[in-house]
Amino acid sequence: MTAITAVGPKRVTIDRQRAIAGIFVMLGVVDFFVFGLFASNGDAVFTFTLTGAAVSVPNLSLPAGPVSEGIGALTVILGLLYAGVRLSKIPQRLVGVAVVLGFVVSFLCWSDAGRIPLPFVSLMQSTMLAAIPLVLGALSGCLCERSGVINIAIEGQLLLGAFAGAVIASSFGSLWLGLFSGSIAGGLLAILLAVFAIRYMVDQIILGVVLNVFASGLTGYLYDQALVPYQNRLNSPNTFVPIKVPVLGDIPIIGPILFDSTIFLYITYAAVALVHIGLFKTRWGLRVRAVGEHPTAADTVGIKVLFTRYRNVVLGGLVAGIGGASLTIGSVGSFGKDISSGQGYIALAAMIFGRWTPLGATGAALLFGFSVACANVLGTIGAPIPSDFLLMLPYVATIIAVAGFVGRSRAPKADGQPYIKS
Amino acid sequence: MTQQDTGPGGTVASDPPGTPEPAEGASSGTAEDARKAGLKGTEVAISLLNAVLEGSSAVVTFLAIVTAVIIGGLLIAFTSPTVLHAWSHLFSAPGSAFSQAWDVAASAYSAMFEGAIVNPHTVSAAFHGGSIAQIFNPLSETAVNATPLILAGLAVALAFRAGMFNIGATGQFIGGAMIAGWIGFAVHLPMIIHVVVAVIGGVVGGSIVGGFVGGLKARTGAHEVIVTIMLNYVMEYLILFLLGLAVFRAPGLPNPVSPPVATNATLPHLAGATLRINAGFLVALAAAFAVAWLLNRTTIGFELRTVGANPNAARAAGMSPERTWVTVMLICGGLAGLAGASVILGTDFALTPQIYGTYGIDAITVALLGRASPGGVVLAALLYGSLDAGSVTMQAQTQIPVDIATVIQALIVLFVAAPPFIREIYHLRGRRGGESGQLLAKGWSS
Repeated sequence: MTAITAVGPKRVTIDRQRAIAGIFVMLGVVDFFVFGLFASNGDAVFTFTLTGAAVSVPNLSLPAGPVSEGIGALTVILGLLYAGVRLSKIPQRLVGVAVVLGFVVSFLCWSDAGRIPLPFVSLMQSTMLAAIPLVLGALSGCLCERSGVINIAIEGQLLLGAFAGAVIASSFGSLWLGLFSGSIAGGLLAILLAVFAIRYMVDQIILGVVLNVFASGLTGYLYDQALVPYQNRLNSPNTFVPIKVPVLGDIPIIGPILFDSTIFLYITYAAVALVHIGLFKTRWGLRVRAVGEHPTAADTVGIKVLFTRYRNVVLGGLVAGIGGASLTIGSVGSFGKDISSGQGYIALAAMIFGRWTPLGATGAALLFGFSVACANVLGTIGAPIPSDFLLMLPYVATIIAVAGFVGRSRAPKADGQPYIKS
Repeated sequence: MTQQDTGPGGTVASDPPGTPEPAEGASSGTAEDARKAGLKGTEVAISLLNAVLEGSSAVVTFLAIVTAVIIGGLLIAFTSPTVLHAWSHLFSAPGSAFSQAWDVAASAYSAMFEGAIVNPHTVSAAFHGGSIAQIFNPLSETAVNATPLILAGLAVALAFRAGMFNIGATGQFIGGAMIAGWIGFAVHLPMIIHVVVAVIGGVVGGSIVGGFVGGLKARTGAHEVIVTIMLNYVMEYLILFLLGLAVFRAPGLPNPVSPPVATNATLPHLAGATLRINAGFLVALAAAFAVAWLLNRTTIGFELRTVGANPNAARAAGMSPERTWVTVMLICGGLAGLAGASVILGTDFALTPQIYGTYGIDAITVALLGRASPGGVVLAALLYGSLDAGSVTMQAQTQIPVDIATVIQALIVLFVAAPPFIREIYHLRGRRGGESGQLLAKGWSS
């Protein structure tokens, strides 16, 4: 396999820093010319207070054109400086975050200029809601792929989780049982993935695709066969109610976004922290990564390669299954055919975009969740951008990421290769 | 896809070593010759038996299909309300539960057969003054369903042979359908020319999408699996967006649907207007021949297989893997685009946001089942087409949801891709000299 990895195409090496600087400048130009000069007359108004909130935050009213032009000019300057000045890692990331935030602000200003006020808090709330299955799915991907098993079956895991969550919660009347079963259902599909990938050495990309088709067919079949005739008994679960964290939930703006949501959001926080710490700060994680990078070496020092892979794949399935359950009992309640609608693939994209790290994947998932939320919210205020383009954004961003324009996104070295003990 | 030297089409296993000889010995009439011939006959029988016991790839494929059909039958039986009711009386009437389960599954599969191959009622009706064409309706439906699967399946199979994994048939299909459809309804041309131009438009549309993937892989090393998956969704939203524009949208309709393609641009029916089978099926078969010819008889095909087997060796031999990747993806995209054209010009006639259906994903399973050889793809596509056509009749007759066909199709491929699994459950001996039918796994990085 080493021989094959050596074959990559003769790549034109672009200085990574310059490439990123170029993208910054481009974003700045878009800020200035598109969002600035072409903004409709009138202010962009953002509201920050939900109805019934205790503390009221005044609305923010920004003159859309000048704000976007200002942000654009600053971004261009930052980009030019970035090309010339060598920065260490942390300031580099800060600049990146600042540029992206600036882009988002000027985009929102442009979208809302001269229209009805933009409810910022509910936009962010729906971002978080959209991001939950993406983050959990991407974590499932990280857990599997860091141990060396490609997981394209995230979509199927979400779908089965959503199905089991809705059906069990509905028939037993217990949401917690639903959440638990959703997780188990994701885990069961993961067992199939693990057995066929590890024991029977089926190509893992094929396997993932086939398992997704299987999950879609199975849930679609059971939906028509059982859920439609017995809608009331089998497919009418309650949904989790939001839980407000005592003190933090009362903070204006941040509180309702981060600390006033269903249990799924808090599970997601915990999962991100656990997977990050687990993978990168513990001996357990070191072993997992060793198995994913160089299984032979790991085996030599006594790490059980196959066991590690089985465990991680199933663990990933359990996590993704919770994400699936959030699609039904965390938001809409009842299950519908193909309710995951490609979110498993966005989760895969988020994992790749986040370079196979839990934190990176979470950031990407939030960004993708934001673009989904924008597509929903901006449609209602009549923004001048077709929602289809916003929905395309995660996929385009991922293509750009894997094409290596912003530094290559690299998979663990042994990802997807079965381990045969010699 | 790391392929062995023989390629995934490897028919290594299917020919038993002792080839049957014409019985020239027996004709001479001497006892000695007759004994020899008998021996030869036994040898043939033994080697055939060995092929079965060892699980040659043909046997494994057959068993995979049987296993998937059995599991599908169990799923049908154990989710049917009547059967579940019978189970609740298991102890009072133990026989009834099992016979009910058998009846439900059997009636489902016989309805599926009637919808896919032939329905006896239409045959007897034809003798009593019914329509003869009606007899062939199930076969016509099978062919119609198989047409885009053959074309898109070829798009995936050809990429396999070049060592690439084309999950992007969906996106390429949309690209083809979009352009073919647009030429079909927006341009006005004389009879035959119109349909030819529209079909070519479909090929071009698919090629653009496929070529982009190949180009990106060649230029930057971007893994085609990731790019194609992402591009599928980009294309799905693109068609949704276009159908919102005045250029593409039929005026006066509430849904995002394009105007119907002009009659001049539709693929002609092959067997009268009552049967849906159309020239697209012939195009698909011709494409399969063309791909077989390309693979086995041309320089491009040789380079393609070499690059697929080992890009390093190909480069050392003076070939350019990069150029091959681009060429292959252009051709594959064209084939998938042709599939899109065959649907829009042959059966659907108007662009809808769901025009791509599940063809792109089914194409992967078809290509795998067909072991990435053109002939295999045609057979696999016909099998899948018959399952699709049959499941529609099944749902009409027995109210069992069509999705069961998807489940069976997924299981078939899952088992075909895992020959050791099939050997284990049927206690077949492992083949000497490793697995030939199995597609070895590889990672993102290669």
